[in-house]
Amino acid sequence: MAAPVRGMAGSTSIGNTTSFQKKTRSKLVSIPGTRPSVQNGQLLVSSGVSSLDYVIGGGLAVGTLLLVEEDRYDSYSRMLLKYFLAEGVVCGHELFLASARDHPDDIMQELPSPIVDDVAGMKISEGQSQPSDPENPDTMKIAWRYQNQPKVQTALASSVRFGHYYDVSKTMEPELRQAAKCHSFYQLQEMPVATGSSPLPSPYHALLKSIQTVIRKEGFDGSTPQSKVRNVLRLGLHSLGSVLWGDDVCCKDNPAHCHALTTFLYILRGMLRTSLSVAMVTVPSHLIQNRAVMGRIIRLSDTAVALESFKGSEKETNPLYKDYHGLLHVRQLPRLNCLSCEVPDTKDLAFKLKRKQFTIERLHLPPDLSETVSRVSKTDLAAGCGSTATGNKHLDF
Amino acid sequence: MFPELNSILNATPDSFKSSDFILVSDRRADASFLIHHHLSFYLRAGCKVCFLGLVQSFSHYSAVGQRLGVSLAQAREKGQLVFLEGLKNSIGVVLQEDTSQETQPLSYLRTPGAGLEGLFRFVDRCVRQRGDGDAGESWGPPVLLIDDLSVLLSLGVSVGAILDFTLYCQATVCSELQGNMVILVRCEEDADDDEEGSNLLQRGLVHQCNLALHVEGLPTGYCRDIHGQMSVWWRQGGETIYNQRKIFHFKLHDKGASFFARGTSSAVL
Repeated sequence: MAAPVRGMAGSTSIGNTTSFQKKTRSKLVSIPGTRPSVQNGQLLVSSGVSSLDYVIGGGLAVGTLLLVEEDRYDSYSRMLLKYFLAEGVVCGHELFLASARDHPDDIMQELPSPIVDDVAGMKISEGQSQPSDPENPDTMKIAWRYQNQPKVQTALASSVRFGHYYDVSKTMEPELRQAAKCHSFYQLQEMPVATGSSPLPSPYHALLKSIQTVIRKEGFDGSTPQSKVRNVLRLGLHSLGSVLWGDDVCCKDNPAHCHALTTFLYILRGMLRTSLSVAMVTVPSHLIQNRAVMGRIIRLSDTAVALESFKGSEKETNPLYKDYHGLLHVRQLPRLNCLSCEVPDTKDLAFKLKRKQFTIERLHLPPDLSETVSRVSKTDLAAGCGSTATGNKHLDF
Repeated sequence: MFPELNSILNATPDSFKSSDFILVSDRRADASFLIHHHLSFYLRAGCKVCFLGLVQSFSHYSAVGQRLGVSLAQAREKGQLVFLEGLKNSIGVVLQEDTSQETQPLSYLRTPGAGLEGLFRFVDRCVRQRGDGDAGESWGPPVLLIDDLSVLLSLGVSVGAILDFTLYCQATVCSELQGNMVILVRCEEDADDDEEGSNLLQRGLVHQCNLALHVEGLPTGYCRDIHGQMSVWWRQGGETIYNQRKIFHFKLHDKGASFFARGTSSAVL
């Protein structure tokens, strides 16, 4: 029995594919790459990293904002952004990528390639028809009783899995990448527009305008007629708040535009809540001196995680952390459409980027296998109570 | 509406204190469950509610309200609830497409330095409008709910302007119309060097209010079964002047919250 599903935009009614009509207010929404949350029926998309999905409560809710506080060299946060976009390509979602430092096309070319076989077969065989098998190659000799069973579909029309794994050492096939619709916004190539009396500085204003145009034109806010298949828009905004966005919150103690980034996030939140989209924003929080501003930024987003990598710090050589690349702090988890939220088991999480997986796990201390560990001998224990023990005196019962 | 909280505060939908200014604040926690409680409480009590929803959409409150047993959509249709959609309407204001009269309440987005007069005029208009519905249905005393006020600091409004706004609202809603006010303010960590900030705002509002509910995490650390601690501070109100503080632990469930005295959580006992 399927649970009724709602995106954050309120109940959207889509034509039902079955004739069975449940007497509920919201109709079933089925978009590839999404699934309803087990907790409150919220529509979730995967962030591209399965362990991150688990940590933030099953996935990213459609209509919300994920804030990633960058690590010092922006290596792992950029990796998370690439996973997010790659997941969008594999699920067939539309992408919007905005960046001020690297050209969005460069980031797109670096996307990791998905591992699963049926995904690779899926996109390439989309254009081709299913070859009808001639009778010879597949007649079974041994398991002939199963000859008449229906064949297992290996090439799927769309990827129905939630969350995929990616191989970081290979980049995504250009055909797969180009099959996805991607809008980009490169700050250095935009014309500075006179914004008049807007409270936002020009780059943020232009970015919001661009996002709004995409949402309206492609119909993510429900303005297109019912016949079009619903899809989710994934917004990836890289390094907001950095100097290249025209914002000085990262370089001054008392910035002149201290409300620019927070106003931007507020308006972005409004846009996300009124459309079928999900955003991932990375912010170089280690450069923001004013802790109050950082607190406000976190509260304006829905889910907030912070990455702290060990590279370059003294923790790199600390034997306690030798199995991991960094720590992951979950700053905030959202409470959407319900009173309670996913309460995590533990708050000590560490991450490790392996070739085929970005794992996030509970921080374990490694076993103490150094040579100086001595075993407490029985004699020392026995000498505890009573008379002076000389040499090896065992207490035998 | 949480029954345990009602008994703690000695209030039921049938009999509650009027002219009350309740301040809900939190520090590194989320006190919005208290806003949901008060919303369902006052709707059950039959009051006319003016809700300024500045950080979440209407469907969010509506979904939680359904779990708590009130239908916000119905209340809005009947005219009992007036909801200001802050998020949705702010897009048009900032991107400068919508300069019509309806966006006057959100004029602080265009000019943060000018203050919150537009917002106050909206509230004033809304709480004075009573019983203009069908069949002379008139609601009880007006109630103003704001979720949340500290987001205005993020949008550039100064602390002084916000405190002026709350003073005006208190004079109108509480003193003149004998209604109630519930405001949520979210604070930062203890930052002493934070002059223009939410801590200053919270201190100013605590001074003005009658009842302060402060939610924060447990001082002893993170616990799965106890979601936080809430301190209730009764300040001066009416004839009896009490200045009493009590601290409770709480745990949130799907359809409510349970409050218990410190150390009596079921996880511990």
